[in-house]
Amino acid sequence: MSQLGTPMVDPAVERRANRMMMVILAVVCALLALRAVVGSSVGSGDAAVTEHGFGLVYVQEAKKGFVAEDAKEKAADGTEVEVRRWKPAAPGQTPEISWTEWNEVTAGEWAAAQRARADAPASAPLVTVSWPRTAGVWFAALMTLAVLSFLWRDNPVYKLAESVVVGVSAGYWMIVATWDTLVPKLAGALVPAWTKAHLMPSLESAGVDWWGLVPLGLGMLLLCRLSARVSWLGIFPLAFVVGTFAGLRFVQNIESDLLAQVATMFEPLVVVKHQVLAGADATATAPIDWAGSIGASLSALLILVGVLSVLAYFFFSLEHKGAVGGAARVGIWYLMITFGASFGFTVMGRIALLAARLEFLFDDWLWLIDPSGKH
Amino acid sequence: MSDRPNESFLARLDRIDRRWIFLMMAIAVAGPIIWVGVTGRTFPETATPAVQGAFDAIERLPEGSKVLVSFDFDPASAGELQPMATGFIHHCQLRKHRIYAMTLWAPGSPLIGATLADVIGNDPSYRYGENFVDLGFQAGNEGVMKQVGVDFPKAFPNDSKGTPLARIPMMQGITRLSDFDILISVSAGYPGGKEWVQYGVSPTLTQGHRLPFVAGSTGVQTPQMIPYYPVQMSGILGAIKGAAEYESLVNAKATAPGETVPAKYQEAQRRMAPQLFGHSLMVGLILVGNVIFFAGRRKGAAE
Amino acid sequence: MGRNAAAVLASIVGLVMVLTAFARPLEFLGTAVVDWFNVLAAIAFVLGGANLLKMNLLKISARDAGWGYSAVTVCVFLVTIGVGLLKIGAHPDPLHPDVALSGDKEAVGGAFWWLYEYAMSPITSTLFALLAFYVASAAFRAFRAKNTAAILLLGTAFIVLLGRVYVGVLLTSWIPADNAWVSWLRLENLSGIIMGVFNNAGTRAMMIGIAIGIAATSLKILVGLDRSYLGSSD
Repeated sequence: MSQLGTPMVDPAVERRANRMMMVILAVVCALLALRAVVGSSVGSGDAAVTEHGFGLVYVQEAKKGFVAEDAKEKAADGTEVEVRRWKPAAPGQTPEISWTEWNEVTAGEWAAAQRARADAPASAPLVTVSWPRTAGVWFAALMTLAVLSFLWRDNPVYKLAESVVVGVSAGYWMIVATWDTLVPKLAGALVPAWTKAHLMPSLESAGVDWWGLVPLGLGMLLLCRLSARVSWLGIFPLAFVVGTFAGLRFVQNIESDLLAQVATMFEPLVVVKHQVLAGADATATAPIDWAGSIGASLSALLILVGVLSVLAYFFFSLEHKGAVGGAARVGIWYLMITFGASFGFTVMGRIALLAARLEFLFDDWLWLIDPSGKH
Repeated sequence: MSDRPNESFLARLDRIDRRWIFLMMAIAVAGPIIWVGVTGRTFPETATPAVQGAFDAIERLPEGSKVLVSFDFDPASAGELQPMATGFIHHCQLRKHRIYAMTLWAPGSPLIGATLADVIGNDPSYRYGENFVDLGFQAGNEGVMKQVGVDFPKAFPNDSKGTPLARIPMMQGITRLSDFDILISVSAGYPGGKEWVQYGVSPTLTQGHRLPFVAGSTGVQTPQMIPYYPVQMSGILGAIKGAAEYESLVNAKATAPGETVPAKYQEAQRRMAPQLFGHSLMVGLILVGNVIFFAGRRKGAAE
Repeated sequence: MGRNAAAVLASIVGLVMVLTAFARPLEFLGTAVVDWFNVLAAIAFVLGGANLLKMNLLKISARDAGWGYSAVTVCVFLVTIGVGLLKIGAHPDPLHPDVALSGDKEAVGGAFWWLYEYAMSPITSTLFALLAFYVASAAFRAFRAKNTAAILLLGTAFIVLLGRVYVGVLLTSWIPADNAWVSWLRLENLSGIIMGVFNNAGTRAMMIGIAIGIAATSLKILVGLDRSYLGSSD
């Protein structure tokens, strides 16, 4: 094994693999250049244009302006307080606060807007290429290819993509947890006035909720795990979490996965189905559907036998011989069928994920296909 | 390979570099994607009982029913689950149900906004706060599920934009999970459909009014959800095939004969073509692998 | 002493959760515990991020192999935290445009949204998509029908793989669909029978066994017999 833990490879094979990698990269770059030159027809009718390039994202500007309105309102305790309400600025009104939003549009809408601006520049809203989003599509495409390059072999480009996703994911989860849970439920409970003034102006609070100190205290103890010296303090919040989970799962797992599943087993083993005749009122007097009845009865019997035999297989307190051994053997067969079905479904899932990624590359990036009419 | 001149074809095949298999899989998936993208053709789908059950559960609710949709997935599983989420929202919109969207996965939060914007868009009959609301993400997994079963406003004090629930008209009267008419979970794993059955639906069984529950799950999770159907769940969409079947049911309801179905409502059906070739390749690889194995075993026995 | 106190805390909290399932008047206790639990779960994400920062900074300072990648991770992490906390590029809430941080942190067009949409989302999706290739390679190399169990597994896999796509419908389209005595042999129906009967039975049995195991383990934690979650006492 080499220093990096990868198996040693014949240098000649390594050189051949490197040369093949260079050739593949060169072919891909050439194809991309060709794709950029060939271009795509965007828009329709008179507005149709040939756009050279691909992976572009178009946006339309939407200006927003707001004016303040001071009013007197009755507070909860009956006193009159002055409140400031903001509303959208009316046409012609100078906004006190304003910004521009950019909403994504299709390439066809961009082409139509270009035509409209050529005819009447003042009235048509601005539709343009969004360079940050276009750079984003290209970054996403290159990162996708970087991850797929792992199929060739482990390489620095893949490692770079991996590093990026680890950093972004950790940061993302932290930020979402902060804004969606910690700010409203912790900051909003302990410092509601400050939270309302600076972070969540819509916050409605009845005052300081001192019970918020409990999760805050436990959280601080949890953060002690970062330091080796005081990490032992982290066992308290851990015990809280484990205890909560244990209590929750003790009841709910018994209710839903044990009692309900066993109750479902109490079904008749002999099922009698009647044919559903067109126009008939009562099915009980209709002729018996023998195929359906035998099928349903067999299913019920097979399910009962299957559950009991698989449970017999997992019961290790008795030696698996004789009747128990026979039941366990049948249980193994059922388990093999279960795992085969799981494998089939797993393959289905993975291929769907791969298809989605390739769709992104062919649709959003390369503009080779356009199933949803975006460009 | 060149240093074993007397090696049989099967033996050489046995030692094939796995990157050739990767290439075969890439072609098996990429080719049909381009073909479907260019031709727009998809395979016909017939709904299985579990998918029909999911469709019927939403269909038979009176118009304007309260539907809680939990987007328990992230972009990594969106390839399988986004078509389900789109289908559910579209179906609810057709039935004019009130949609309450939430998620227990932090990366699921933007997916709610994107799905609602994509499906509902600028529909004038669907107003935010009156017909649909985005409640966003809450940390806690089963803790949140348990809490919504008892005190919904405490679990979700505001929507994703920070508006308190008390100021959102359609949240009036919602105090707990059983106040909804149906629960839908689009589930990628943990926490997801299984936990909703355990912590959300099962307690309602003992409260005397079972909350109808429908789930869409990934291929990996679907076999684990089957035992809950049909007693604890009204229906289940299993993997991309389930999504395609559900899409075909909703599209049949939404579009008149001869009318074109918008492409955004055929996402799963488009992905069935690469599925076909991918699955066929898998079966072929397993068969070839076993032919090599048995040929080698027979040769070994002969020697 | 600390371990004993922690075990007692776990027991008390767990018993509260069990009691609230049976006693409606005590529901408020369970709600409070779960509320604190949810906040603690959010703080755990902060811990995760801080730990990531700590481990990678240690790697950078020690100049371990691959420290450059750690530097990338740290930079990207800090950028994500920065744009997320400050809601860079996200406009304020239209009802409160004077409060800069009142807007949606994931507003389309903002920097945080950009990182989610163009960095996190595509890379995580592609990492999962890689598995399709490895499943194919593993199937070619490892799936051998060596015995009855393996034959059952492979046979089931074939039926499900083919029955769930259109090729299965085509292969057995010659079997009449309206004849209930033989229509079950069509691949799409066979895969449904496998899922609804055999997979159902196997998974149900495993579920029952797991539920009993969880109940036993939870009970051991609640009564303080199992303290492995507290780590070693050294």
